[in-house]
Amino acid sequence: MTKPGAALRIIVVEPDAERAHQVVDALRGAGDFDVTVIGDSSALSRRVVELDPDVVLIDIANPSRDSLEELTIAAAPTERAVAMFVDRSDDAMTTTAVEAGISAYVVDGLRPERIKPVLDAAIARFKMVSRMRRELEATKAALAERKTIDRAKGLLMAARGIGEDEAYTLLRRTAMDQGKRIAEVAAAIVTAAELLK
Amino acid sequence: MTAKLDIGYIPLVDAAPLLVAAEIGFAAEEGLEIMLHREPSWSAIRDRLAFGQLHAAHMLAPIPIAMSMGLGGLPLPVDALQVLSVNGTVIGVSRPLAARMRERGVPSDIMAAAAVGRALIEACPRPLKIGVPFPFSMHAELLYYWLGALGLHAPQQLTVRTIPPPRMAEAMEAGEIDAFCVGEPWGSVAVEQGVADIVLPGCAIWRFAPEKVLAVSRSFRETEPDLIARLMRAVWRAGRWLGDPSHHMATAEILAQPRHLDVSPEILSRSLEGRLIVSAEGEVRRIPRFVEFSASAAQFPWRSQALWIATRLSERLGADPADVARAARDVFRSDLYRANLGPIGADLPGASEKVEGSLDAETPVSSSLGRLFMGPDSFFDGRIFEPLPLS
Repeated sequence: MTKPGAALRIIVVEPDAERAHQVVDALRGAGDFDVTVIGDSSALSRRVVELDPDVVLIDIANPSRDSLEELTIAAAPTERAVAMFVDRSDDAMTTTAVEAGISAYVVDGLRPERIKPVLDAAIARFKMVSRMRRELEATKAALAERKTIDRAKGLLMAARGIGEDEAYTLLRRTAMDQGKRIAEVAAAIVTAAELLK
Repeated sequence: MTAKLDIGYIPLVDAAPLLVAAEIGFAAEEGLEIMLHREPSWSAIRDRLAFGQLHAAHMLAPIPIAMSMGLGGLPLPVDALQVLSVNGTVIGVSRPLAARMRERGVPSDIMAAAAVGRALIEACPRPLKIGVPFPFSMHAELLYYWLGALGLHAPQQLTVRTIPPPRMAEAMEAGEIDAFCVGEPWGSVAVEQGVADIVLPGCAIWRFAPEKVLAVSRSFRETEPDLIARLMRAVWRAGRWLGDPSHHMATAEILAQPRHLDVSPEILSRSLEGRLIVSAEGEVRRIPRFVEFSASAAQFPWRSQALWIATRLSERLGADPADVARAARDVFRSDLYRANLGPIGADLPGASEKVEGSLDAETPVSSSLGRLFMGPDSFFDGRIFEPLPLS
């Protein structure tokens, strides 16, 4: 643990370099912190112990999070370096963090007012990055569906000797009749065509 | 009226009671719509349960007990309503370590925990590095019990590391660990990848170890007693369905789906059938009662099981004896099991505590319907655990 008054030592565990960069930027903007990023989470708990941080920030969805739990049961109570939200005086902050998908391990006894700016900055940035990631995934999914629909149209045009508009109309009507999405009907056609090759 | 419940699970064979309850209609019969959430880690499941993002969860049996004892990251009250599964874990070692064990002579009986343990201790490096999925797990408890009884002690000779199950094979390849204890299918997956040999099933250490529980936060349990009763009934019926061997194949298909475990049904059926392939050479071992969902009142949350776990935790990590007793009394809800499942045909044992480890074979015991057989529940070293009377 750092001495009172010294810059808080923070570790950000994040394999995605871009996301890690964003979080580090946000933290630096929020105060004078000594920030280290760990990207590769093998042997995570040992490396965290070596760096002896005040706060560890990690994505709640990071599967390596469980290895940090080891740190909460260090042999002697005085060595219990980190524990999640040990000071439970601010449940609202904890809940907001969990909802934003962030978990924090904080040195036992660290004053809440010193943690708050760290968490506020991290939460804001996590939310933004998560939203951007969801948007990107939605765009990718839409593009993939568009490709499948184009392939299904092509297959229908070849099989039935019809034009593109007619093929699309056929797809749409079938989807409506079966209560399905056009992309689902298209995917079924593409799968069937591959099986029948 | 249909009520929606968000339930978290970790992709493991023993999540089956929750997946089956949701997918085969046991939940629907109770007017429940279960939203299943596959979670990335036990810490995430625990936090989401504690902060109300999940109503109920698949949980390692020691987690609610550790939480009630103030151990670990998040000391919030969580109740274990019933046991989801008994046993179902395996111990695997790296292929080079398996070869060294064979040179020293490994018994052909895969249930011979003492002999296998002695071969491992002779062949292994010091300290032996073993991976487990979570610090508060039956995996860790069974390993400490087994190797400790044979004379290999932490921390000088034994290092237990936390590794997420799907990373177990990778960590072994990277030399981070020499061995692991993990729930199926991840042991079989490591065998399939040619990284590890399975040397012992967890049930060889304790024949009736409570592995996973159905956990809910205490505040939710207190405010929604009716929903809790409906959920318990749905999960209990799913467990009984799983106990029928003719349902193994369907179970494997449900678990195998990409949105659930995403592992081939063939690998999943090995643990359900109790017929494991233990090495890359394809050696097969039959392990009766490898994982149990229903028989011998498997779902009954014995307070003596909770006491065994709490006692082991407190011996290793230090805790107030009063916390130990409270962990058993408050957390393993045998009272709710009786109240909610007795009326639908669960055969209720006469007591809520028993001497753990005293039965070498199946034995009839007194029960509400008179049809209950318990055991075997012995420990590999023949010791018994007799809970002190609750004051």
